[in-house]
Amino acid sequence: MSELADLYQRVVIEHNRSPRHYNKLDPCTHHATGYNPLCGDEVELYLRMDGNRVREAGFQGESCAIATASASMLTEAVRGLDAEAIRELARAVSRLIRDGDPGADEWPADLDVLGVVSRFPGRSKCAELPWKALTTALDAGSGDTVSTEE
Amino acid sequence: MSSAEPLQAAGGSLDVQAIRSQFPVLDQQVNGHPLVYLDNGATAQKPEAVIEAEARCYREYYANIHRGVHSLSQRSTAEFEAVRGKVQRLLNAPEEKEIIFTRGTTEGINLVAYSFLRPQLQAGDEILITAMEHHSNIVPWQIICEQTSAKLVVVPISDAGEISLDDVAERIGPRTKLVSVVHLSNALGTINPVKQIVDLAHARNVPVLVDGAQSAPHMPVDVQALGCDFFVFSGHKLYGPTGTGVLWGRYELLKAMPPWHGGGDMIRTVTFEKTDFADPPARFEAGTPNIAGVIALGAAIDWFLALDPRAVAAHEADLLAHATARLGAIPGLRLIGTAEQRAGLVSFVMDDAHPHDIGTILDGYGIAVRAGHHCAQPVMQRYGVPATARASFGVYNTRDEIDRLAEGILKVRDLFGG
Repeated sequence: MSELADLYQRVVIEHNRSPRHYNKLDPCTHHATGYNPLCGDEVELYLRMDGNRVREAGFQGESCAIATASASMLTEAVRGLDAEAIRELARAVSRLIRDGDPGADEWPADLDVLGVVSRFPGRSKCAELPWKALTTALDAGSGDTVSTEE
Repeated sequence: MSSAEPLQAAGGSLDVQAIRSQFPVLDQQVNGHPLVYLDNGATAQKPEAVIEAEARCYREYYANIHRGVHSLSQRSTAEFEAVRGKVQRLLNAPEEKEIIFTRGTTEGINLVAYSFLRPQLQAGDEILITAMEHHSNIVPWQIICEQTSAKLVVVPISDAGEISLDDVAERIGPRTKLVSVVHLSNALGTINPVKQIVDLAHARNVPVLVDGAQSAPHMPVDVQALGCDFFVFSGHKLYGPTGTGVLWGRYELLKAMPPWHGGGDMIRTVTFEKTDFADPPARFEAGTPNIAGVIALGAAIDWFLALDPRAVAAHEADLLAHATARLGAIPGLRLIGTAEQRAGLVSFVMDDAHPHDIGTILDGYGIAVRAGHHCAQPVMQRYGVPATARASFGVYNTRDEIDRLAEGILKVRDLFGG
């Protein structure tokens, strides 16, 4: 079962079991909810920004291991980045998840492991869910819900 | 092709290996393992008899129906219309003309919502459903409630996934205009006491629609014994083609209903001043239908009746008992839906693994299950879970396959820790 072992490699299992920053940030400057109507999964994402730069990120929700691990890595990866860099990272992660395109050689926070999701097209929306919430939070400021079907 | 005799072993039980050999799709490896197809609640696979019937229509005699004087059209019409009699036998319906072909259960429910109920619905009227309905037996009613200021009333379900008849009785009042209830829940496997619900409703002159999407493939159905007023099911879950389904309704109700779609085939005469509509069933079958699909649905029904729905139900009850025992013994696994009367499926969650991950891992072992909310989000909310994994049985499934499912779930547990 090497395919499965690739998808559920140690780092994904570990992020799922002990997700980083799994908490609501209160107060926060930006938050949004990512929702997958096909499965009912929901990830709430919170950002505390200092000017244009993320000081802290957190998340909560009900989601599968792939979405949870992706969200956990996200909260690590965006800390210290400005909005422009976050949008660029989100686009690169989307290419990684969809096409397995590794782009940059160096990924922050274990994100490169998401490349394996490209071999499981049925799960790409799971991996992308927190990233959709992230860009929605940046765009809308607060309170919006974004669906994986939008 | 006659499929009756090789499928019954001595004593009337099913010869499942002979049945399996009639399903070409089952004979394959998925991700390096023999396919175990346990997603029959979503849709069932098709036997040769059905595939052949559809192909034969297109190869030998296909033409449009109800309008041609030429030979192909006459034969297509005859084959198509003969399916009404087959459905009549399947449901033990009083009359063939009560059988209306639809695209599926969803369309059947919408037809009743828009043609039967909406014209009589007033502000403050009520429609009664249960908390275990599929979205297709919730949303159409919500839409017409919205349009008419009527109210959707919901019978709650217990932790086991059962409704109480007292709760039903309490909620049928002077404003109740329809009771619409699922026969066999797709998310929980619960078999509802439909006959008793019909008795309660009829005592107050309230008609009842039964959603038979899951019951038709898993148990004998007798609409006269149930006493209901409408019964809907889908062809594709009954080993027939997608895009086929049936609405059965009592003729006096159908006869009083206005058309649902306007078009060809549903009229008697048309002028720009006035159109006279045809009688049911034609009144509700505007446009060219899924001709070859309906004909193949007829083949599916012949095939299914030859197996004997009672034997199918007995075989699947054995699978359910085996699955309940095997899965129930896995630590950290919780069955969702433990009603005393149930059939066809097990729905479950695990402490450490999300249903989607369960589904992906089982797929890695060639086992197809459904993971998600099963188009029954209120049921998920009731049990406080975002989703479940569901293994749903078909007549071709075996105890060995249930064992492979249980082994697959143990692998999930190994991976996610337990």
